[in-house]
Amino acid sequence: MPIKVLVAKPGLDGHDRGAKIVARALRDAGMEVVYTGLHQTPEMIVTAAVQEDVDVIGVSILSGAHMTVFPRIMKLLEERGVDDICVIGGGVIQENDVPKLKVLGVREIFDADATTQNLIDGIERVVAEFGRARKRTGAATPAS
Amino acid sequence: MTRSVPVRVHRDLARAITAIENGYASFGDTLATLPARENGKASFVVGVTGPPGAGKSTLVDRLIEKFRAGGETVAVIAVDPSSPFTHGAVLGDRVRMQRHSGDTGVFIRSMASRESGGGLAPTTHDATALAAHAGFDVILVETVGVGQVELEIVAVADVVAVVTVPALGDSVQTIKAGLTEIADLFVVNMADRPGASRTALDLKHMVRESGRDVAVLQTIASEGTGIDDVMVALTAARASESSNAGRAVRFEVVRNIRDAAVRRALAVLDAPRGRSVLERLRAGELTRLEAREELLVYALAEVINAD
Ligand SMILES: Nc1nc2c(ncn2[C@@H]2O[C@H](COP(=O)(O)OP(=O)(O)OP(=O)(O)O)[C@@H](O)[C@H]2O)c(=O)[nH]1
Ligand SMILES: [Mg+2]
Repeated sequence: MPIKVLVAKPGLDGHDRGAKIVARALRDAGMEVVYTGLHQTPEMIVTAAVQEDVDVIGVSILSGAHMTVFPRIMKLLEERGVDDICVIGGGVIQENDVPKLKVLGVREIFDADATTQNLIDGIERVVAEFGRARKRTGAATPAS
Repeated sequence: MTRSVPVRVHRDLARAITAIENGYASFGDTLATLPARENGKASFVVGVTGPPGAGKSTLVDRLIEKFRAGGETVAVIAVDPSSPFTHGAVLGDRVRMQRHSGDTGVFIRSMASRESGGGLAPTTHDATALAAHAGFDVILVETVGVGQVELEIVAVADVVAVVTVPALGDSVQTIKAGLTEIADLFVVNMADRPGASRTALDLKHMVRESGRDVAVLQTIASEGTGIDDVMVALTAARASESSNAGRAVRFEVVRNIRDAAVRRALAVLDAPRGRSVLERLRAGELTRLEAREELLVYALAEVINAD
């Protein structure tokens, strides 16, 4: 089944050209890409990810807000009882923040030089390693 | 009182839809993962269809607002096309509905159309049923931008709104070919553009000719203009109960006959008589038309013998 990805662009920075290019590249690689537009808050990102039940949330940040955005996303996912959606990030992120983000549970960080092919490969790798296919074998979890 | 739906149910409904969509659970098993609907009321399913870029998602956004103002919970199932080559898809409908993100009375789910050609995904019908079971009062189903033949929405929705834009030349003619039959309501959106009244008039004439009672309304969805009229029409259709029931049955029958015919035709091709027709076609002894006619005769004989 196609990998389903949410491409999210939090914060107030810029335009959505980059995110749209990424969305199309992932589509051309056979993925189903949910695109939610500009200026997304972590709440909006997590709500969309839960309702869409994506495999991966890809967050693109250029504004330097990553150390507030990612912790918030991870916390909201936990609050909503979701532990099978992989979070990855890209954009301008200082190298010494990367380990901190990984500790939070962010699976992969792409720097600003990453090509779309790097992204595609990275997403496939992350899903193969941490994705729900391994966690949720077979069926939907019954309501308790 | 404005109802809402627990966030937990959002998650479980989302997972249930994925299970059905990806075929790793049966519908019955999936249903069992959701709490049973409390209020016992049936959901009201509104189909929103029409050509690409007509403003379907923008209209859905406005309808969410109105139904919420009336206190009802709303689920949206929005279908976007899959690439037939890569099977990938960009699902962008919810961009227009993001302002409802913080409202737990609203659930929005995008679906890629996958291999289906009917304007919906193969499992949209089931997804709608799951949303109904999860207790959403109103379900808005947005199809992919459709032309003339993608009419599956009839089998899913109680009421179908066909959204169009002011016509460029002959586009009313284009609509005529299929969407008129399924419309319970015509919405000429982008009424801020020239030609809207003319298009609405053309549609009204067309509706009169067809002998059906279908309202033709004008909206500017991006500004929220004319939406109250759409709500009045939807509410009336809802009250009249089974406006779509007859067509849905008809559609189901047509689809079953089509599927059965395809199965029989394939069986004929595998039978000795069918194979010989194919061989003669390949050898140039028959034209395509002759081959088709001969195969049809065999297939019909099969059908008659089977009965
Ligand atoms: N001028 C004008 N623009 C509108 C109106 N309604 C929607 N739009 C704009 O038309 C564009 C397409 O609107 P959508 O709602 O995405 O159209 P859609 O039918 O859902 O498109 P697809 O799902 O891609 O087929 C957007 O830029 C909207 O802002 C309107 O009444 N007038
Ligand atoms: Mg749309």
